[in-house]
Amino acid sequence: MSRAALIIAVAALVTVALRFLPFLLFGGKRETPPFIAYLGRVLPSAIMAMLVVYCLRNVQLSASPFGIPELLSCAVVVLLHVWKRNTILSILGGTACYMLLVQLIF
Amino acid sequence: MNKNVFKKALTACLPVISSFIVIGISFGVVVQSRGYGPLWAGAMSVFIYAGSMQFVALELMASGAGLLTVALTTVMVNLRHVFYGLSMIDQYKDVGKAKPYLIFALCDETYSLVCNPPQLAPGEKKAFYLLVSVMNQASWVLGSILGGLLGAALPFSTEGIDFALTALFVSVVAEQWLSTKEHTPALLGLGLSLLCLLLFGAENFLLPAMLLILLGLSLYRLGKGAKA
Repeated sequence: MSRAALIIAVAALVTVALRFLPFLLFGGKRETPPFIAYLGRVLPSAIMAMLVVYCLRNVQLSASPFGIPELLSCAVVVLLHVWKRNTILSILGGTACYMLLVQLIF
Repeated sequence: MNKNVFKKALTACLPVISSFIVIGISFGVVVQSRGYGPLWAGAMSVFIYAGSMQFVALELMASGAGLLTVALTTVMVNLRHVFYGLSMIDQYKDVGKAKPYLIFALCDETYSLVCNPPQLAPGEKKAFYLLVSVMNQASWVLGSILGGLLGAALPFSTEGIDFALTALFVSVVAEQWLSTKEHTPALLGLGLSLLCLLLFGAENFLLPAMLLILLGLSLYRLGKGAKA
């Protein structure tokens, strides 16, 4: 097997292992521990907020364009979502705004 | 499987499907530019199925990295996936034979849809989870292979299209915010991630952020008298 195929195999196996790990640790037939059940309730909102920061982690606030396209487009997503609560509309609007900003202005 | 749940799954997936096809195409284009054919792009999307890790894997392939380096890099890039499983243990408890695939396919975007599903009848859940998982991965694989076939011949500029995924996560945060009165978990997630980004920098903030979020949520539960 070539080095490239081995690299893909290792990346795939480690990714799968990470995804299965919590189920192997806590997913048995017995009752889910109360703390894990609590995490199941509160983690999603915390993680999704973390994921937004993760997506924007390379934005430079101290150099042009100062993160303006990203922040403006995120604001468009939030405003559209509060207004219509339609996920597709929010995503399309925010992405279109971002593409226009980075391709035409910044 | 009834039409109703298919419609719900498709509606939920549509933003992911369309951005996965477009971003999958750009991934395939990059793979092709590195001298690997469309089947390589397809295989990476079938087996690794983690967008950012696939781009990182390409860099590792280009540098001929050692396998231990590959394994450690994958842990660092994908550690957040442990969190997804942790919060899906109850929801995925009785999903039957599809369970291994549902866990395998728990990427960022699929997680964002299954952790925050639309109104479902009790009997529809299994089908919803499976349809969302399959349609998302199918569109990602399809896009990757298409990109590999098209190569650099793409007729329009897709610069900025990857913002669709950021937009997806922002809209999920907004939706979760609007549908609950308990905003502390979201604020903890946002605040602690930003704090760690400032302290540790873009490449190293995720691990301390995850640990602090777990700690913060534990303290929050204690503060409420552990009745939750």
